[in-house]
Amino acid sequence: MGLFEMTRTVLRNLAGGPATRRYPAVPARTSPITRGHVVFDPATCRSCGICSKRCPCVAIRLDKEEKVWEIDRMRCIACGDCVESCPFGSLAMEQEYLPPTVEHVVDSYTITYVKPERPAKKPAEEGTTDA
Amino acid sequence: MPERIVVPFGPQHPVLPEPIHIDLVLEDELVVDAVPSIGYIHRGLEQLVQKREYPEYVYVAERICGICSFMHALCYCQGIEHIMGTEVPDRSRYLRTIWSEYSRLHSHLLWLGLFADGMGFENLFMRSWQLRERVLDVSEDTTGGRIIQSTCKVGGVRRDIGQEMLDKMHRDLDIFEEECRDLGNVFLNDETVKYRLKGLGVISKEEAYALGSAGPTLRGSGVASDQRETGYAAYGELGYKAVVETAGDCYARCAVRVRELYSSIDIIRRAIEGMPEGPIDVKVRGTPDGEYFSRVEQPRGEVVHYLLGNGTKHLARARIRTPTLANVPALVKMLPGAQLADVPIVVLSIDPCISCTER
Amino acid sequence: MSVIKEQTTRKIAPGDLLREVEALNAGGYRIVQIGCTGMDDVYEINYTFDKDYELVNLRLTVAPDVEIPSISGVYWGAFVYENELHDLFGITVTDINIDFKGTFYRTAEKYPLSITRSGGDDPCQNV
Repeated sequence: MGLFEMTRTVLRNLAGGPATRRYPAVPARTSPITRGHVVFDPATCRSCGICSKRCPCVAIRLDKEEKVWEIDRMRCIACGDCVESCPFGSLAMEQEYLPPTVEHVVDSYTITYVKPERPAKKPAEEGTTDA
Repeated sequence: MPERIVVPFGPQHPVLPEPIHIDLVLEDELVVDAVPSIGYIHRGLEQLVQKREYPEYVYVAERICGICSFMHALCYCQGIEHIMGTEVPDRSRYLRTIWSEYSRLHSHLLWLGLFADGMGFENLFMRSWQLRERVLDVSEDTTGGRIIQSTCKVGGVRRDIGQEMLDKMHRDLDIFEEECRDLGNVFLNDETVKYRLKGLGVISKEEAYALGSAGPTLRGSGVASDQRETGYAAYGELGYKAVVETAGDCYARCAVRVRELYSSIDIIRRAIEGMPEGPIDVKVRGTPDGEYFSRVEQPRGEVVHYLLGNGTKHLARARIRTPTLANVPALVKMLPGAQLADVPIVVLSIDPCISCTER
Repeated sequence: MSVIKEQTTRKIAPGDLLREVEALNAGGYRIVQIGCTGMDDVYEINYTFDKDYELVNLRLTVAPDVEIPSISGVYWGAFVYENELHDLFGITVTDINIDFKGTFYRTAEKYPLSITRSGGDDPCQNV
């Protein structure tokens, strides 16, 4: 007759402390690879547009002439596809989840990457200008 | 002549994880007929396949359902890989198996908790979900996400698990198995639970087979049908035998899921011990052209992904038939004869995952 | 190495459907799914059956206003798929054992996946 099979577990739970975490007063448990939100570094982006083509939610918008890179935080699902496919390492994934907001958030960044100048080919130029 | 009244069950109900509507025709608290109706969570994900290229559709496929998410991605990737004729490396097949089984553990523990809550046994519900947190912690430490793993891709997996992490998982499985056996003991041997569940919602073996049901609904009635026996991913090398019970009532379906918890832990242990070295993905070039029915065993039954490619980067059709849709006729046959207070338990015993059903 | 089991597809005409399905039922097959693909101007309907992990497919190709007979006389549980065919695609299936007459699948627009949708509006609003 199996009555009160739960007794041992109940007593063990009473002796131990609470099993839950009082989030958001206490920060959430994260691991080093938790996918929280995407972080963009404007100084290294070369405007190739791969992240915008690969995004499955169309959350990234890139304007090459205006040099503007926008991410719609409410469409982003933090899948990490853009972070993996960026060939220059301008995107990274942070562990914290973003707090809830009451208005539509679109984060806009101005791309500040400047292409380094090529060193001038001195001997050949002097030859041509001299005729 | 007793009077008949119609009571609507759902879509909002504390015991349902997702919204489904059933109109119950009652004669003095005894159910005589049930009329289901779905469509509360239809998102049109099958049409989205025409707008997303085939590598990105994995992210949509894994978000069809929050509970069985990894296996949708696995089924889709296996289908595309078969159409394109690519072979994935051995290590990635073992990794996919390990993540599938962790997915199954978390899904069954979630179901056991909801089932206990439906019976009124709240302490058991909290204990099941407390154990489930261990599984979600492992999922977060190895993939980055608790429920949506995002690690399966066409051509392999995106992330590897290091050797110290594998050893830690192997050690923690011993304590976890002991606690799961304690939990299973309460479900299977406690007299109050047995008194509540035995003889409820009975489906015979021939009926379950003829109605086309899937998963524990079929295996709880004595039909040994489990897609893991066909040997996709690494199950061919690890070997798997289906877990079968014969009574066909709610107790048998509960017992199938509890015993599947133990068999999942056993598979994870053997997969970690037998993990081969090697690369985790292959580069996939070209576009899919052809069709294939890809089948995988989800926690709720067999899921069928029918994929049709026409040589462009967008698939022509992705038809997803989830196990809960196949179990709805069985539910309509099970409900007549039950009391009104037992209806939540009977509906839960087929494990309804309505967001899968309606995509 | 995974074991890929056989998957066979047979094309049939709507008139032979009931006869073929009864033969499969007598052979011990269970029903897996009934699915529909909208090609450019026809619907292609797949009836999938399974026995011992081997799939057999029957394929019908019909124009949009052709009526198809229901197989729920043979397989009682097929009404789910046939009501879904009607509610999503607008295909008429006659003599279903439990006919919901369009109320099984509640959607905002009727027949959202039908190929004869009038108006250029794609029901999928996601870009």
